[in-house]
Amino acid sequence: MSELDINDAVMTTRLDAVVNWGRKNSLWPMPFGVACCAIEFMSMMASRFDLSRFGAEAMRFSPRQSDMMLILGTITNKMAPVLRTIYAQMAEPKWVISVGVCASSGGMYRTYATLQGVDRVIPVDVYVPGCPPRPESMIYGVMKLQEKIEKESLSMRKDHIARFYESLARQESLQAEKGLTSQQAIREMLMDAGERGVGTIF
Amino acid sequence: MAHPASPFLSVLILLLVAAVTAIAILVLSGWVLPLLKPSNPQAAKLRPYECGVQPLQEGARHKYSVKFYLTAMLFILFDVEAAFLLPWAVNFKHALWTFGAMLSFMATLLVGFIYAWGKGAFEWER
Repeated sequence: MSELDINDAVMTTRLDAVVNWGRKNSLWPMPFGVACCAIEFMSMMASRFDLSRFGAEAMRFSPRQSDMMLILGTITNKMAPVLRTIYAQMAEPKWVISVGVCASSGGMYRTYATLQGVDRVIPVDVYVPGCPPRPESMIYGVMKLQEKIEKESLSMRKDHIARFYESLARQESLQAEKGLTSQQAIREMLMDAGERGVGTIF
Repeated sequence: MAHPASPFLSVLILLLVAAVTAIAILVLSGWVLPLLKPSNPQAAKLRPYECGVQPLQEGARHKYSVKFYLTAMLFILFDVEAAFLLPWAVNFKHALWTFGAMLSFMATLLVGFIYAWGKGAFEWER
């Protein structure tokens, strides 16, 4: 008669691992579709490429119900505060995928009107190159994000998001103090960050 | 001898299990699971969602003026009048007897015009 070994009957794990396993397999994407990358996104969600194989089929067009933002297209300076507000309104924990060169670096729009990379105003987790990227590369980006979620610690993500909210509060106080529009406030913060040799405002 | 209620013991057990399950779900979702979920209340999250733009007015239940509707209705009325008058004026010399009919049509509209004027429909600020 063999005795029951405790290691055969009980599985122990870290809380991080369990929670992250749940998070990475139930991402709720929110398309921030402003250009042609959004067309590729439709293809990615539809049956041929089918993102639901990765547990991310519950697409929502409201930031309240989604936790993975896909920035699909060119973000202009005028659009930057809108992007920040929508990111602020998303459910936590939240992740951002910057899809295509326009979102990642401004791409071919090397102009005064275009934000040269969304990572200047909101924290980005994964960048997908391409103009526009094929649905396969976007799916690869989501898989990379899943790998990232698997490895991160819960408190790390919390601090990451807290830093963004600090910058949002700074932006709002700047608007109130100097009577600036949100675009002007972000521009001022970007200039200030540039003088300090930092590329981001959060 | 068995108690007459003994066949219903299983029903009692079922009821107890159902009650315990219901209470357990309430306690879990109400007190235990919120300890695990991230909680970060922010003013931006409580703001109405207007596609990321700051809301322009306090709430969606404001009254708004229907004056534009009135202006549009009056415009259609006199637009139709003009649409009738032009072809009539072009063919007038071949049908002189229609003058009276057109005059009564214009008079009808004139009564409406005076009525709308008297009601103050043409005053934007009231």
